[in-house]
Amino acid sequence: MNDVTLSINGKAVSAATEPRVTLLDYLRDVAGLKGTHAGCEHGVCGACTVLVDGDPVRSCLMLAVQAEGVDITTIEGIGGLGARAGELGIIQDAFCEAHGLQCGYCTPGMILAAEALLSVNAAPSEHDVREAISGNICRCTGYVQIVEAIMLAAKRLRQRNDTSAPDLTPA
Amino acid sequence: MSEPKYKFLSTPRRPVEDRRFVAGRGKYVADLERPDMLHVAPLASHHAAAVINSIDGSKALAMPGVIDVITGDELAGAVQPLMNGLNTPNVRRFPLAVGRVRYAGEWVCAVVAESRAIAEDALENIIVDATPQPFVLDAEQALLDSSTPVHPEHGSNLLLDRKFVWGPVDEDFAAAAHSLSFSVTWGRNSTVPIETFGVIAEWNGWDQMLDIWASIQMPKYADQIARSLGLPGNAIRVHYDVDVGGSYGVKRGIKHSVLVGYVARKLGRAVRLIEDRLENMRAGDAHGPERKFDVAVAFDDDGTVRAMKMRALDNAGAYAGRAPFQLGKPISAIVGPYKINSVAYHALSVTTNKTVQEAVRGFGQAPTNYAIETAMDRVAEYLGMDRLALRQHNLIRADQFPYLIPSGSHYDSGDYHAVIDKVLAAADYPAMLAERDRLRADGMMAGIGIAACLEPSGGNSSFEPLLNESNKTSTWMESCQVNVDALGCVTARIHTTSSGQGHETLVSTILGEVLQINPELIRITRPNSLESLPGNSPVGSRMAIMLGGAAARAGEKLKAKIMAIAAHHLAVDVDQLRYESGDVIAPDGRSLVWDDMIELAHRQYHSLPDGMDPGLASFDIMQVPTGEALPADGKVQMYPCYAFEFHLVLVSFDPIIGRPDIHSYFIGHDCGTVINPAIVSGMTYGGIAHGIGAALFEEFAYDANGQLLTQSFLDYLMPSSHEVPAINIVKHCTPSPHTVFGQKGSGESGYLGSPAAVSGAINDAVAGLGIHFEKLPIRMSAISDAIAAKSS
Repeated sequence: MNDVTLSINGKAVSAATEPRVTLLDYLRDVAGLKGTHAGCEHGVCGACTVLVDGDPVRSCLMLAVQAEGVDITTIEGIGGLGARAGELGIIQDAFCEAHGLQCGYCTPGMILAAEALLSVNAAPSEHDVREAISGNICRCTGYVQIVEAIMLAAKRLRQRNDTSAPDLTPA
Repeated sequence: MSEPKYKFLSTPRRPVEDRRFVAGRGKYVADLERPDMLHVAPLASHHAAAVINSIDGSKALAMPGVIDVITGDELAGAVQPLMNGLNTPNVRRFPLAVGRVRYAGEWVCAVVAESRAIAEDALENIIVDATPQPFVLDAEQALLDSSTPVHPEHGSNLLLDRKFVWGPVDEDFAAAAHSLSFSVTWGRNSTVPIETFGVIAEWNGWDQMLDIWASIQMPKYADQIARSLGLPGNAIRVHYDVDVGGSYGVKRGIKHSVLVGYVARKLGRAVRLIEDRLENMRAGDAHGPERKFDVAVAFDDDGTVRAMKMRALDNAGAYAGRAPFQLGKPISAIVGPYKINSVAYHALSVTTNKTVQEAVRGFGQAPTNYAIETAMDRVAEYLGMDRLALRQHNLIRADQFPYLIPSGSHYDSGDYHAVIDKVLAAADYPAMLAERDRLRADGMMAGIGIAACLEPSGGNSSFEPLLNESNKTSTWMESCQVNVDALGCVTARIHTTSSGQGHETLVSTILGEVLQINPELIRITRPNSLESLPGNSPVGSRMAIMLGGAAARAGEKLKAKIMAIAAHHLAVDVDQLRYESGDVIAPDGRSLVWDDMIELAHRQYHSLPDGMDPGLASFDIMQVPTGEALPADGKVQMYPCYAFEFHLVLVSFDPIIGRPDIHSYFIGHDCGTVINPAIVSGMTYGGIAHGIGAALFEEFAYDANGQLLTQSFLDYLMPSSHEVPAINIVKHCTPSPHTVFGQKGSGESGYLGSPAAVSGAINDAVAGLGIHFEKLPIRMSAISDAIAAKSS
């Protein structure tokens, strides 16, 4: 086992790690970040989605050792600028407003997929939104309220006064 | 129903649960860490059927980090068989195979190790010597005497064989001008939640207590574990404050829970079993119905459907599970929303060498609705009548409620024609027909699907005594406790886990409505099973009716106490007092505010009416409305409430490619008074998506050797955001007379009718070619092949 040091939500985490450990298991079992969920562990459902240098990536298909030297953002790193416990980011708040979830299990992956979309496309069409979340399976909602939530978040992000930085900056 | 009748009910309010989920702060079972926790990995059978000669775990046991290898023989000597609701004592089921395996994937033995990875490594070092046996996969074949019984001790594959005749079926068939018959098959699929099943059990020998955390949705879960492990009921403590990552019926996990409970007790440690996806799909014992229907209907020239004969043969898989009872629930709505005068129903359940079934959203109702709606389409086709007009002609009219159907249930309320009219207007039905014809003119195959059906909700589990006379169940109660603390804050306790249904929002909204307090100020907690009152978990679309009802009744009891305290203090007759937003006002203008009542109840015993207990707390254990009686003569009032849904969908596909594209989807939905609109709409959208999957994509398919072919998400295809279209819900409200606010169930909505509607649309598209698709799912390959065969 070698030491694997990862940059997660702007913080360095280091631990002796077997080569076969996935990024997903490292995040959950080593870094203690339980918001990233295991769904299928074969790269289809998207429940384990994290951002790697801003792009959505399935953490079940990436080994922890492969993730050295990149910036990883998990749901715990998402929120308003300088968010504290109990404060939601605009996308998270829009998911609450539209009830874009039920059981919450796919939700972190959905929100990260939405973050990735809205960081590069400020005014997505409904088709753009469906395309962006098409790799994330939700069994509860039929996606209707998720699409509503992301469209609402895009609108609110466009309308906000704060133009200083994108939401992706880790707290 | 548009007057502002309620302060909080039926108003757009954010579900309170959502905040923790969007922050990734849900607490799922796999997120929990216990000290010194061990991990279990099960070994799967390679054979569809085999006799186990020996299991050699010595090499596995010698590996560092491996603690134990558990076999079925060891378990069978220590635990009782898992509950089976039928009288089939020789169909015994243990968490691990005992003596023989009965389906490919069945757990042969289990490794216990310091980590899941080590346990999985060790599986490869277990040597199983087994002799393959004859097996049977098809339900009709399983019925034959020549078939090998899955359970030789049972003597045959028959689990259930019940014939019901409700009304003058033969006379109605003889008197009708026409009859027709057909067969349709509902393929084996399931709900397949994104979170697999997981459970942690931890034994504390000093307290003699088995603590359990599980992603569970199961009635009487703690009782079943206690019975199987031979422990007192109060030695099992199930923690209900675990978030469940989706279930829709299947998260029962009893075999997993008994296994880890046994291991935890044996080793005195915390033990965890989290299914991986393969285990979940192959041996989670969570498949849904696989059902063949043979249907005959008798009808007249004007389209009046007089009578129906239905034979439903269900392929239960290797053990009884809940499969046979899923033939029972549909009895409660066996005529759908139609005035069919008489019905003969033959329910058959057989064992085969396939994975075990579990309860799936609708508990058998969605397949039955698919068969009934196919019958309506076939009658229309036979008579050359419009499918919509045929349904409208046969629907129960609004002035006929309460309506007694032949199998003994009264439908409570509804206005089916009004809902359909609203949908036709919202969808601009003539324009939809024109769009279908335009698509056809462009060379596409295009069709409109129509389905009308009911959602029975809030019942007594009466299908159990109906199908098993030794079962005397006549209650399926639910409970709620409410306490107002010395600062005047309200906390309610609910006694279940939730898997996305929003029960915290349900209870806080209803208590807020009753007490006229902002629901956001009401805290909902989930005590463990030992601190709980009786309940039956969120099954059968029951929680709005039963948990909502219990919460309302507990709130009313609290309010009555407040009023009695105020009446005594103000020396006014209680009937003259007015309750307003927590304050109590006398006719002369004197009043006590909420804080006054708290002070009196919590501190001033001397100011309370004689004999009144101090404090402000209440609870309610609610009986199922209308559910007083056991079945008699093969009939029973099974559910108090019947919600209505009407689906209208336009589908097209290229005749060569055959990939269905859903252009527009409308559903009219009447589930009475809605508690939280966003939650009800969400469940309906999700149910439709699930039904689109059942209609077009999802199937647990087996090869000729009994091996499951679709055992990953690459093969078992669930709808993504591309396959589920925008969905338009047209709302209607016919309150139920049996519930506190007129609410009905909605947890299965959408799923109950969308498979029938999508199937209807595809069949409409190919009607001109004389093709009938008679099996779900209707895969794109089936569509293109059928069209190609007709063209060549």
